[in-house]
Amino acid sequence: MPNLTANLAGIRSPNPFWLASAPPTNSGYQVMKAFDAGWGGAVWKTLGVPIINTSSRYGAINYRGNRMVGFNNIELITDRPLADNLREIEEVKKYFPDHAVVASLMVESRKEWHQIVKDVENAGADGVELNFGCPHGMCERGMGSAVGQEPSVLRLITEWVKEVATVPVIVKLTPNITDITEPALAAAQGGADAISLINTIQSLMGVDLDRFVPYPEVDGKSTNGGYCGPAVKPIALNMVKNCAQHSGVHIPISGIGGIENWRDAAEHMLLGASNVQVCTAVMHYGFGIVREMLAGLEGFMKDKGFGRLDDFIGKALPNVTTWENLNLNYKVVAEIDAAKCIGCQLCYTACEDGAHQAIALPGNGQGRVPAIIEENCVGCNLCSLACPVEECITMVRKDNGAPAETWKDYMASGKAPTEFNDERAGGHGHWIPEPKAGLGRKG
Amino acid sequence: MKRAVNHSFIPSFLHSFIHSFFMAEYQTPTTEKDLETSFEQIKPYMNATMAYYESARCLFCYDAPCVQACPTGIDIPLFIRQIHTGNVAGAARTIYDSNYFGNICGKVCPTEVLCEGACVYNHQDVRPIEIGRLQSYATAQVVEQGRKLYEPGPANGHKVAVVGAGPAGIACACELRRMGYEVDIFEAKSQPSGLALYGCAPYKVTNEDVLEEVEYLRAQFQFRIHYGHPIESREQITELEKNYAAIFLGIGLGPTRRLGIEGEGLANCVGATEFIEQVKLDPLSVAVGRRVVVVGGGNTAMDAASEAARLGAEEVTLVYRRSREEMGAYEFEYELAKSVGARGVFNASPVAILGEKEVSGVRFIRTRTEGGKAVPIPGSEFEVACDQAILATGQSKRSAFLELIDGLDRDGQGRIAVNPETFQASNPKYFAGGDALNGGAEVVNAAADGKRAGRGMDQYISNSARGEGI
Ligand SMILES: Cc1cc2nc3c(=O)[nH]c(=O)nc-3n(C[C@H](O)[C@H](O)[C@H](O)COP(=O)(O)O)c2cc1C
Ligand code: SF4
Ligand code: SF4
Repeated sequence: MPNLTANLAGIRSPNPFWLASAPPTNSGYQVMKAFDAGWGGAVWKTLGVPIINTSSRYGAINYRGNRMVGFNNIELITDRPLADNLREIEEVKKYFPDHAVVASLMVESRKEWHQIVKDVENAGADGVELNFGCPHGMCERGMGSAVGQEPSVLRLITEWVKEVATVPVIVKLTPNITDITEPALAAAQGGADAISLINTIQSLMGVDLDRFVPYPEVDGKSTNGGYCGPAVKPIALNMVKNCAQHSGVHIPISGIGGIENWRDAAEHMLLGASNVQVCTAVMHYGFGIVREMLAGLEGFMKDKGFGRLDDFIGKALPNVTTWENLNLNYKVVAEIDAAKCIGCQLCYTACEDGAHQAIALPGNGQGRVPAIIEENCVGCNLCSLACPVEECITMVRKDNGAPAETWKDYMASGKAPTEFNDERAGGHGHWIPEPKAGLGRKG
Repeated sequence: MKRAVNHSFIPSFLHSFIHSFFMAEYQTPTTEKDLETSFEQIKPYMNATMAYYESARCLFCYDAPCVQACPTGIDIPLFIRQIHTGNVAGAARTIYDSNYFGNICGKVCPTEVLCEGACVYNHQDVRPIEIGRLQSYATAQVVEQGRKLYEPGPANGHKVAVVGAGPAGIACACELRRMGYEVDIFEAKSQPSGLALYGCAPYKVTNEDVLEEVEYLRAQFQFRIHYGHPIESREQITELEKNYAAIFLGIGLGPTRRLGIEGEGLANCVGATEFIEQVKLDPLSVAVGRRVVVVGGGNTAMDAASEAARLGAEEVTLVYRRSREEMGAYEFEYELAKSVGARGVFNASPVAILGEKEVSGVRFIRTRTEGGKAVPIPGSEFEVACDQAILATGQSKRSAFLELIDGLDRDGQGRIAVNPETFQASNPKYFAGGDALNGGAEVVNAAADGKRAGRGMDQYISNSARGEGI
């Protein structure tokens, strides 16, 4: 049996699945229920001076019948009194001493930071998470992402907290910044024990075309909110990777953003996250999804022979490099499995109009299975991504086995094109139809 | 008589003319290949693409109605989500955790009235999720790969006997093996699976699918099955009681009940259970009549009618003594029988099977339903000519055998009476499940009973062991 026990900078939990600080961790009732369902930890809904929320708070992107592919909110931190939250944290810890309860915090002055850190520690919190990420409402008051976007301020506040904190301190980063490693580095320098990322991304969800008001609409007006859910995973993964690879940011990472199932979680962890946090997926499907996540991750570890999480945390990092280190002699070509093809010809039109005219349609009476024109195929993957049939188009390695050569090597050996009409350009020699051949063809 | 096969596009005056040379919908199979056509699977396996899209449709309902509708309570949204995220073995495990007959049930369960009937999509007239086929998609893969999901529990020193290697008995054995009991199954026949093998319609599940799943379970749980070992005497029972801490009765039902009417003994007058068993074991040897009358209104009658039609019978007439609405068969089972050419006659009760040596017809009397009972209408007799009569009028109880066991109470209908929680009988050493208990239901009910009885037996044995200070 693989061991799923997780350890984020000394905060232990029975498994790496935590609830992110958000509505699912708004109360002791919810956190108890979540732990009962199998979650390993919870970051409490951000505590501070309680606020007042608007009615009408969320918006979502539905994509082709899938609801909430992207989600956005204009909610602020907790609207419940601190005393109630502290009492409930204490009660949860009594029932679940081995689960991780982390208090997310957002206040202003040094004095307030000191006070609230002591309060949550007294209540039994296993760690604190400094919310420097919220991209709406709080930042206008000089908190949340206003702090996260200002590395020197972030560092200073982290230092204030470290002056009093006896439990590990996590700094939660906002993605609303050009280079995520700058605040990550500031957090590390300020003494943070871990970072968590990403918080939500500034966004507008769309516009009501009759009333000319973006969503979510509050009495005829709207405001920018924070974007999250499945759609943000690639952005989160890249930021997690950037922090994990940065030599100055040597503290553990809690991965957040678009995690909905065990695969998403495993991906975050392979790119360096020591555990993961989930919000939108729980807001959509409830706490029960953790069973699928636990079973899936356990099965994955069993299949791969990983006994502990540490066996694969960061395992993909050596395989993420810069573009100039990729092998330019590697060549793949699309291959269609005619037995699986349903004849939708999506691959044809994708390649024909969107790529390299490397797919041909069968002649009249020859059925509907298209054919790859190997000489023209650049191996871009597009057709295989567009094909709706599982494992119908595969990319098959077809290079001549020449030793690897990278852009860096090309530059060093003078093989890189340097002039506008350079014969050494990659597309040189590809067959492309004459422009006029594009006329009169149906799209 | 109107042709059984529906050719509504043919003007009625042509019917009798065409009848003289028109072939039945199905031809009588003479080769294995023909059988594939006759018994083409109505729920064939999904491929990966189908499974991907179908699983994507699941809404992951809270307290899902499909789970509530499943007699074994499989966590359906969870296994569908697992399929969708590429964790097929995990999905199979979720299924087997609740139901040891995951693949067979996926294929033979009346999902239309169980999980799929409960799917919330039905409320907006959207096609429900094909839960049965997704279930088989996941389970068939681990069965085929022989991928082990379970191990027997560490031996606890207790021995349990199971009588009957049908779904109830095998489910019970699996559950007990998981807890470390030593289990011996005694089976009269030469193959396992009971009616899942001998009774399930061949176009719902193949014999190979049934036997492979049972073998998959046996290989993991390592219970022993003693074939050709009927338990039928007082001495054997005493022996079992002496050697085993508890005994599970998964004995099913007996042969088709006689109606007690004239002509039942004629050649070509067969019981439905016996007819279906021959179709299942040796379909090419079945000499199906050209014109077949099936008497009965239950699901077995529908199966027998469908099977007769698929074996090439030209006219299949289903005759039920009460009205169509009062038929015990599920609506979709009747539709299925009609779709292969059977036609229904209602409110007619059999009076005599006609013929010299062989059946030449059945005489019926019209009835009127009064207070749920079929009351004959005097002077309304009529005959339906046929060359085979199949009686699907229920199976007998195994009363003679049950009498041999001391203090074993039965209910008014001869079914073994048990505690509904523990499945323990009035004689505390005995537990029971499946058809012997419910009078004849689905594989899934037997699978549910057997598993729960296994738990009941564990409770009973551990309590007695504690009581004896062991
Ligand atoms: C309605 C809502 C409220 C949130 N409130 C907080 C909060 O109070 N503190 C915080 O640190 N993050 C908050 N977040 C951000 C989440 O914790 C998380 O970082 C983000 O949603 C990305 O994860 P996901 O893709 O799993 O949703 C909130 C998110 C949502 C949708
Ligand atoms: S989810 Fe609940 S709180 Fe939110 S709008 Fe619907 S009913 Fe109201
Ligand atoms: S996309 Fe796939 S299925 Fe469609 S035509 Fe191309 S190969 Fe065939």
